[in-house]
Amino acid sequence: MVRMEASDAAQVAQALAGDQDAFRALVERHSRSLFRLAYRMTGNEHDAEEVVQETFLRAYRRLNRFESRASFGTWIYRIGVNCSLDLMRKVRTERSQKVTDDSAEELDIMERMPSEDPAPDRLLLSTELGGHVAAALDTLSATERAAFVLRHFEGRSIEEIGKTLGLRASATKNSVFRAVQKLRRALEPHVQSLPSRAQ
Amino acid sequence: MKHLNEDELVAYRYGEIAGGESRDAIARHLRDCAECRASFETLVRVLELVEAAPVPERDERYGQRVWQQIAPRLEPRPAFDWRAWLAPRRLAAVGAMGVLVLAAFLAGRLSQQKKTPDVAGTAPAPQQIRERVLLVAVGDHLDRSEMVLVELVNADAPTASGQELDISSEKERAEQLVAVNRLYRQTASSSGDAAMASVLDDLERVLLEIAHSPDKVSSAEFATLRRNIEKRGILLKVRVVGSDVREREKSVVQGSRGNHS
Repeated sequence: MVRMEASDAAQVAQALAGDQDAFRALVERHSRSLFRLAYRMTGNEHDAEEVVQETFLRAYRRLNRFESRASFGTWIYRIGVNCSLDLMRKVRTERSQKVTDDSAEELDIMERMPSEDPAPDRLLLSTELGGHVAAALDTLSATERAAFVLRHFEGRSIEEIGKTLGLRASATKNSVFRAVQKLRRALEPHVQSLPSRAQ
Repeated sequence: MKHLNEDELVAYRYGEIAGGESRDAIARHLRDCAECRASFETLVRVLELVEAAPVPERDERYGQRVWQQIAPRLEPRPAFDWRAWLAPRRLAAVGAMGVLVLAAFLAGRLSQQKKTPDVAGTAPAPQQIRERVLLVAVGDHLDRSEMVLVELVNADAPTASGQELDISSEKERAEQLVAVNRLYRQTASSSGDAAMASVLDDLERVLLEIAHSPDKVSSAEFATLRRNIEKRGILLKVRVVGSDVREREKSVVQGSRGNHS
């Protein structure tokens, strides 16, 4: 890991000096982990791929702001989180707008709101439980979902999540708590069908 | 030890102990109290269920494909300050969103006045859809506003003399929220929703006060700001109205679904 970070820092310096191959190496090294993060955030493969591309484009533009003492992995992940948030908010707004613009006979809102896109990932999730989980995650606000993903799946600390999302520790905790509470309300009736791993 | 509440259980699950209880004390309580243990196990199982949702993997060559897609879009390094460019752009985007929603809503109200009612039971009425658009946007706006207010109310006040609290992040977000809030307030007012208009009016005053504060505030300035937020009871009002908006959103969805079936 230390070697990778040293390599990252050297490649950032080379990229800043105009070496595009160095930036290419960074893209190739970090794309897969960014995709996993973006998928957890957006719940959609197409959106996650868009986030990965936008993250690297944004990182390239801001490369001169990267501090060599920091970890490139952490820096790019923060940009990825914010790109995901931007896209989630945009999709939500567009989704509402689209519902308005469509003709009345096409408007089955209940089907559109949890999952508008019948992409392969949605088909994978089309088992009954998977569908419930996707629908439950879709009830979270963008900030709640981001805070939950970063705490639960990425194992980030409250302090780090707060820095990434621009929130104070108390607000970050509240976002995680509210996310878990909403998920619990939505999914509690369905957990009986899961074999318990607790204890 | 009293029963553990939901926040304490979540905090325990994530190692963020709340309420001054030690981790060991909570573990002992969970061992001895069947009710709390059952509640905690349900929480764990819910989170297991969320984890069970698969994440599609990308193969080793995914990074190469990403590069091929972005390489043609990489421009020479910009010579101007992106930060200066981003701020007004973001403000403009927020404003544009508000205008779009407002336009959609007003268009709905106008057409509602001119048209005869749709035949019941055929499809979601356009006014229902427009109402839902507005409710989603207002709900989001209230969520964001609540976040700013909660952060300020819960911030650690400066204690030492001469110490200041940096509220530039909250201030910047309040500035963005004021413009959108104004549109929603005017819309609520013109559509006769006096309760909503009143809360948005109170919210706007508080947001303006935050937006006009300095980036860094002294202990006394912070105390005044916090007192003004608490005096108006705005946080509670925003939460109540936000909850009401979500309920209305649900009933509009259910109404649309009922019409559609």
